[in-house]
Amino acid sequence: MRAIVGLVALVMLGTLSGAMIRAAAEEPAPGTCQVPDSLLTSEFPLKKVAQAVKTERRLDVVVIGSRSATVMLPDGTSFPARMEAALRSKLPGVAVTVSLQLQIKKTAEEVVQDLDHLLEGKTPQLVIWQTGTVDALRAVDPDDFQVSVDEGVAALQKRGVDVVLINLQYGPRMETMISTGPYLDVMRMVAQHREIPLFDRFAIMHRWNDDGSFDLFSPSRGVELARRVHDCLGRALSRFIIEAAQIKPDELGTQR
Amino acid sequence: MTAVPKPPPTGSSEAAARDDVVRRLPQPQRTDLAAGGRELRLDLFRGLALWLIFIDHLPPNLFTWATIRNYGFSDATEIFIFISGYTAAFVYGRAMSSGGFVVASARILKRVWQIYVAHVFLFTIFLAEISYVANRFENPLYAEEMGILDFLKQPDVTIVQALLLKFRPVNMDVLPLYIVLMLFLPLIIWLMQRKPDLTLGLSVLLYVITWEFEINLPAYPNGVWYFNPFAWQLLFVFGAWCALGGAKRMAALLSSRILLVICIAYLVAAFFVTLTWHVPQLGHFVPRLIEQWMYPINKTDLDVLRFAHFLAIAALAVRFLPSDWPGLRSPWLRPMILCGQHSLEIFCLGVFLAFAGHFVLAEYGGGAGIHFVISLAGIVIMSAAAAVFSWYKRVAAKGGKDTKSADADADLAGGGS
Repeated sequence: MRAIVGLVALVMLGTLSGAMIRAAAEEPAPGTCQVPDSLLTSEFPLKKVAQAVKTERRLDVVVIGSRSATVMLPDGTSFPARMEAALRSKLPGVAVTVSLQLQIKKTAEEVVQDLDHLLEGKTPQLVIWQTGTVDALRAVDPDDFQVSVDEGVAALQKRGVDVVLINLQYGPRMETMISTGPYLDVMRMVAQHREIPLFDRFAIMHRWNDDGSFDLFSPSRGVELARRVHDCLGRALSRFIIEAAQIKPDELGTQR
Repeated sequence: MTAVPKPPPTGSSEAAARDDVVRRLPQPQRTDLAAGGRELRLDLFRGLALWLIFIDHLPPNLFTWATIRNYGFSDATEIFIFISGYTAAFVYGRAMSSGGFVVASARILKRVWQIYVAHVFLFTIFLAEISYVANRFENPLYAEEMGILDFLKQPDVTIVQALLLKFRPVNMDVLPLYIVLMLFLPLIIWLMQRKPDLTLGLSVLLYVITWEFEINLPAYPNGVWYFNPFAWQLLFVFGAWCALGGAKRMAALLSSRILLVICIAYLVAAFFVTLTWHVPQLGHFVPRLIEQWMYPINKTDLDVLRFAHFLAIAALAVRFLPSDWPGLRSPWLRPMILCGQHSLEIFCLGVFLAFAGHFVLAEYGGGAGIHFVISLAGIVIMSAAAAVFSWYKRVAAKGGKDTKSADADADLAGGGS
């Protein structure tokens, strides 16, 4: 009997170390804000985006975000703006527009109630919804949060747009103060259930902090760090969208 | 993980074996064992749970890989609550038999008060920490997250809500749960001593009702308690049931081979599911149907998968770690056992050290090396403190021998802490 237990333990250990070695092999060079492919792929394709880009040569995006979707600086520094710039340069010949709907201090539930108003007069192919932070700050019941996010995503899908969710920021200093886990779990579950891509901002920033790309512990009041993080986030997000839409930029550029 | 130990020695040969153990043990254990059979396995696993809880409260680092939540559904909290139920029922059950319901209840309430004070103390430390952060930290990247400090602007509400156990900052959820469970302990023991199976049955019923009607206690500013006492009581009562004779009755079941196979199969399955969380590429191997049925694995309401996972670990622990295992007396496991014997103090110290660790990381940057040192230092400090507590208890017991010692033993042995 003991032999069996030992064997099982050995198998467990073997699998685990294998997984860790693989994780280690993926590690990017320190100091760059690289993101491993595993964090930038999704099993759910953005079909509306692919169609619009390939046939209509246009891509209209609406970003619904809270305070952490902006650096509160003159335009062009927040990650939605950086994503727009990156998409434009990666998709030559495609008319890209990105509009940001800031919903400061609003929970997912409050945003969902306002959804029609937010999209009034707009016909995007893609809505990127960044949420969870305000709910975590107010300790909204994760079950209620789940209902709201699920409702919101369903309502968006009903309008015939592709949806991407963005989860919370990783902030090492915040870990004793904000309980992020349940909200991250909810967003992962809703994305899986509704079959939409989730841009895992939390995991990506966590990785950057670990590999030394950014010192997210920094207490500095300067905006330089925020500016650089948003730039990296915007570029990673553009890559994520292009991958999820399964667009090959090389095949697009010719018809300019 | 917890040992479901044997009841106090009754048979002559067993008692003799235990006396032998007692003689070889250092002083504090000796008094306890003499007083009624201290189970070192319980202390060991509770000490382990305390260490794991401390590590899980720190930001993830190398040590985090060693905590059991990465290898299955349940984690250290289950161990802690189960053993607390076990020891509390054991100690206060004896008190109730000898001193009666009223006296035992009074002692339990005294213990509840101690835990409450400990909780408020930790809250004060938390306030101090985040007030400091609020004044020092203004990184615009986290302007939104700093909104968490808004509650400092209305201390009247916040502090009152904290005293009512409704406002519980991150990492401060276990003690309120414990307070509520201990409040009901007199009733649980009273009924358990008369109708053990009925008591356990009622506990299961309450658990089922909780799931069916989604009962929980409200929290401030929103939502519900992170550890739902109506669900988590199941572990606590189950621990009490084991302590008051249940473990003995389960002995045959625990040594059956079929159970062993089921436990191992379940633990392996749980391990692979957990692995898919860390290596998402493996997620495709989990059938969609099972995924839909299984998720979410709810910690707040003590998901039945978690409970079963804990039971499987406990069954294996009891089977492969006999109570007379010589390792229990090895100096290497002494620190862990000592920590388990002073669990309330060490738990509070652990929460404080986790705060302090965060603070150090925040002030001096968060390299992997410093992370490692902080985790290690925390465990060393916890062990040293436990050793000091034991030493003091021993000295104090020598001083005021007769009148005080029974009471002191009870507090040490469990107080459930």
